[in-house]
Amino acid sequence: MDLNTLWFVLIAVLFIGFFFLEGFDYGVGILLPVLGKNDGERRGIINTIGPFWDANETWMVTAGGAMFAAFPGWYATLFSGFYLALALMLVGLILRGVGFEFRSKDPRPGWRNLWDVCIFIGSFVPALLWGVAFGNIVKGVPIDGSMNYTGGFFNLLNPYALVCGVAGLALFTLHGALFLIIKGDHEIADRARGLTRKLGPVAMLLLAGTFAMSFKATDLFARNASISMIVAVVGGVTLLAAGLLSGQKRDGVAFAMTGVTIACSVVSIFAGLFPRVMISSSNPEWNLTITNASSSQYTLTIMSVVALMFVPVVLAYQIWTYWVFRQRVTTPTSEKPA
Amino acid sequence: MDAVALARWQFAATSVYHYFFVPLTLGLSVLVAIMQTMYVRTGDEQYKRMTKFWGKLFLINFAMGVVTGIVMEFQFGMNWSQYSRFVGDIFGAPLAIEALLAFFLEATFLGVWIFGWDTLPKKAHLASIWLAAIGTNLSALWILIANSFMQQPMGYTLRNGRAEMVDFGALLANPNVWVQFPHVMMAGVATAGFFVLGICAWHLLRGTYADFFRKSASIAAIYAAVGSLGVGAVGHIQAQHMIQSQPMKIAAAEALWNTENPASFSLFTVADEANRRDVFSIRIPRGLSLLAYNRLDGEVKGVKQLQTEAEAKYGPGNYVPPVAVTYWSFRIMVGAGGLMLLLALLSVLLVQMGRLHTTPLLLRVLAPAIALPYIANSAGWIMTEIGRQPWIVNGLMKTSDAVSPNVTAGMLAITLVLFVVVYGVLMGADIYLLRKYAKAGPAPDAPTQPMSVY
Repeated sequence: MDLNTLWFVLIAVLFIGFFFLEGFDYGVGILLPVLGKNDGERRGIINTIGPFWDANETWMVTAGGAMFAAFPGWYATLFSGFYLALALMLVGLILRGVGFEFRSKDPRPGWRNLWDVCIFIGSFVPALLWGVAFGNIVKGVPIDGSMNYTGGFFNLLNPYALVCGVAGLALFTLHGALFLIIKGDHEIADRARGLTRKLGPVAMLLLAGTFAMSFKATDLFARNASISMIVAVVGGVTLLAAGLLSGQKRDGVAFAMTGVTIACSVVSIFAGLFPRVMISSSNPEWNLTITNASSSQYTLTIMSVVALMFVPVVLAYQIWTYWVFRQRVTTPTSEKPA
Repeated sequence: MDAVALARWQFAATSVYHYFFVPLTLGLSVLVAIMQTMYVRTGDEQYKRMTKFWGKLFLINFAMGVVTGIVMEFQFGMNWSQYSRFVGDIFGAPLAIEALLAFFLEATFLGVWIFGWDTLPKKAHLASIWLAAIGTNLSALWILIANSFMQQPMGYTLRNGRAEMVDFGALLANPNVWVQFPHVMMAGVATAGFFVLGICAWHLLRGTYADFFRKSASIAAIYAAVGSLGVGAVGHIQAQHMIQSQPMKIAAAEALWNTENPASFSLFTVADEANRRDVFSIRIPRGLSLLAYNRLDGEVKGVKQLQTEAEAKYGPGNYVPPVAVTYWSFRIMVGAGGLMLLLALLSVLLVQMGRLHTTPLLLRVLAPAIALPYIANSAGWIMTEIGRQPWIVNGLMKTSDAVSPNVTAGMLAITLVLFVVVYGVLMGADIYLLRKYAKAGPAPDAPTQPMSVY
């Protein structure tokens, strides 16, 4: 495998890690006002992701950094092109991160509610926008010969991309609900279980819709058809399996299954894109590819050595933290800010 | 305002704001780790209370640093896409390595530390704060490796219409890194020292939790003194290095219009910047030569000569940074640093004599003196970045060529307002919480409640 392909794969891996991990903590943030009836319950819900969310978000920061390092052309075009959408995402991420840290620091209900709203918005907006962003990437956006995005903000809000966004939102929320069944206080877990029965079919429908629309809106399945399509179908099957397993209360496996669905969605997208990284709807000649948007071979070599040395280490200690905090989080009864 | 100006304002606002939280994170993470080490080694519960109290203030500050840092990472691509394309081959690598080596370490082990008080064995829990502190300071190293390339490009060649990396080792060995990084680290130590010392002083004046804050102050005074001394000493070496690597920045920072040998040092200059001459100036003869070369003579180049040299090298244009801003930010930084050194040494002396808590005059000064490192930190970065203008990458790319061509002034104005409003509100909330917890003092020594962390 040449280095450009290796980095294309590595960035896909980083996005899989990011969506798998941050996916459930977005979901938990979205479900915060839905499943938490009072302040104590909401704190219990947040505590299920308390030790993890920041490290999970670092997957996004690393994916962004890796994109900058390995494919600066891709990074520059994507970030300047999806400008206002990313600015909204940033505001969401800011409110969310600060919310986690600040909410407990003052007992007044107004203060707590304010940060709960921030956590909800800050989870909802990125969970929605990532789907919209990837919908547009696979659909293609107007890009000129100098690799600059020439559309506006509203170009990004086309029906296909919006369906992708809502589907992603539903999938992350479901993933978060399954996480809460494993980690949340028993009462919260029961409510989450009730919710997955309704949310599961909705997510399934939306993903099926996205799959169907992709035949017309994109060329995902026309190119590298075998991989993209097979993987997408596997993702659908694992989502079904998640529903069935959850029904049998095999919650750990069910959660892993929605994780596989998320991974399959990313693989399907990246396989369908390959070797392109951004599709120009203006002119196929102006596509960004793993060749014309990449760094030099020298930089890719350096980065490969660094990544192969340290990604396993990071994975090892991050997995260790999930083992350390493996016990179920109970709803606190006493109300004392730390 | 045009797009370039708005993009620059946005970068200035978001980076100065981000840097409001970073130095305290750098310094306080290590200080809290030191306190916890003392607790683990001595078993003294007072050190545990110190770890928890200062750790809580650390966490309130830390969250702000993290979320505003993401904005910085996105901003290069959003507002400065031409820059990202031009230097991505070099600049992206340290950023990615920063995330992989430093951010993961800091985020993961801080989570472990916050929630692990009752879950982990004492020593493993202590290791988690040290790993977080190391991660934090490593992130400073990698981002400064990236920034140093903008100050003093090394290890590159111009190829395929962009700067490409040819020597990763040279990027790391860039001498600018090894003056800038210790300067920033020491500034972090000084910031944390003054932050803790100032809060101690506030309580010592009122006699609340006297024992706790006397003990904290005795550690913080030494920490502040080490930081202030270190930041000044490294800063001196850094300025001497800058005379070689960025003579224009130094000339502007000294308002030195003409090359002088021996060069005089400006104590106070009111300049006519447009005509590049002094209106009024008090100067110490030979002062600048002494600072530059540790001897009483030696040539220091002036703005006018450097402008002529730059025109010969790069073609017609204005290669002089805004002199007044560079000059005054430099002086504000050094002035604040000098005051810090004085106050820190005085505090150490009084602590040693056992009289800090009975010297209300100094205590009254120390509380507002928390502002000093913040002023110095901001002024230092303003000098560093403004003094490099008109370049974004010194000698390679101009700031005016670096912005995203497809991002309009309108879009920039929208996001600038958005960030300023959100940041303004958050600053209010952050200061409210810091004040509230700083004034409340340490919690009574109750059993820890991991559930009430959030």
